[in-house]
Amino acid sequence: MIIIKLFLIFAKIGAFSIGGGYAMLPFIQREIIDNNHYLSLKEFSDILAISQMTPGPIAINSATFVGYKIAGVLGSIAATLGIVLPSFLMIIIIASFFVKFYDKKEVKAAFLGIRPAVLGLLAAAAYSVTITNVIDIKSIFVFILSFGILFIKRMDPIIVLIISAVLGIILY
Amino acid sequence: MLLDLFYVFAKIGAFTLGGGYAMVPLIQSEVVDKRKWIDKEEFVDILAVAQSTPGALAINMSTFIGYRKKGILGSIFATLGCVAPSFFSILIIAMFFAKFMSYKVVERAFCGIRPAVAALITFSVFKIAKSSSIKSYYYIFTAAAFSLVTFVKLDPILIIIASAILGILILKIRGDKDDNN
Repeated sequence: MIIIKLFLIFAKIGAFSIGGGYAMLPFIQREIIDNNHYLSLKEFSDILAISQMTPGPIAINSATFVGYKIAGVLGSIAATLGIVLPSFLMIIIIASFFVKFYDKKEVKAAFLGIRPAVLGLLAAAAYSVTITNVIDIKSIFVFILSFGILFIKRMDPIIVLIISAVLGIILY
Repeated sequence: MLLDLFYVFAKIGAFTLGGGYAMVPLIQSEVVDKRKWIDKEEFVDILAVAQSTPGALAINMSTFIGYRKKGILGSIFATLGCVAPSFFSILIIAMFFAKFMSYKVVERAFCGIRPAVAALITFSVFKIAKSSSIKSYYYIFTAAAFSLVTFVKLDPILIIIASAILGILILKIRGDKDDNN
């Protein structure tokens, strides 16, 4: 039955795509377009574009959308649950160990190494998001303004996002 | 508390725009700064774990933080909260606005949102660097991780694993001299 199949396909995608959102997209593409021919490449790229412009992680959004396209509301539920479930279970297992072993000397030492590295990973993300999106006078203006009000006013990031959306509508 | 978890992560989920790391500053602001559910150090540690586990970063972090606060039930509420806004907005768009893309206003709003997300993530980097007690020489790890991902396109998970091993090696080499963090 298609609903169960959707669940299983997306569970498989969820289980094997380490590295978050964008890392999942090639997997989704292979399963949905190449292997099962549920959608055309054109339909899939439209879905991606919309998923990028909708709140939430892009992989989850595209799973919901693809599920709906293939099998309606039930399909969207099956696909969303499928893609979330593997990492959900894995995180719970890890978190329970984490709680138990967090005070161990070796674990603490490992995190002493991991913490600065994660900061580097986040810096790399900041760098790549910045060079792809801060490209002209207007975007430089929005970037500096946003950074400025975060820095000086300690403003809630959500407010910053709302201001920037309004600015985008006015400026572009 | 369970409803709090649902509410906070629904709020984070609703404003996670622009994908991937965009939610890191939001979670940091809601969970660390405002509510003090977890401290700054643990936040970075959870980020590391979420990054090395399959699945979307935002969902993984919400599951983890939910579990830390209220066990399995907490993780279910936090995860559902994080997923709910996008699930319903996608469903509504898929049902009624198949031509969503032609809505020029949305595209223009995103022209403003994208550079703001860049500023948010950049600010997060500074905030974490300032607040977490990373000892000076460990910043070599930061520089190495940044360069390896940016220029060599190395898989972030390899970097996390390598830095964990190095962290343990440093402990073994320096012995148990406790230079507390």
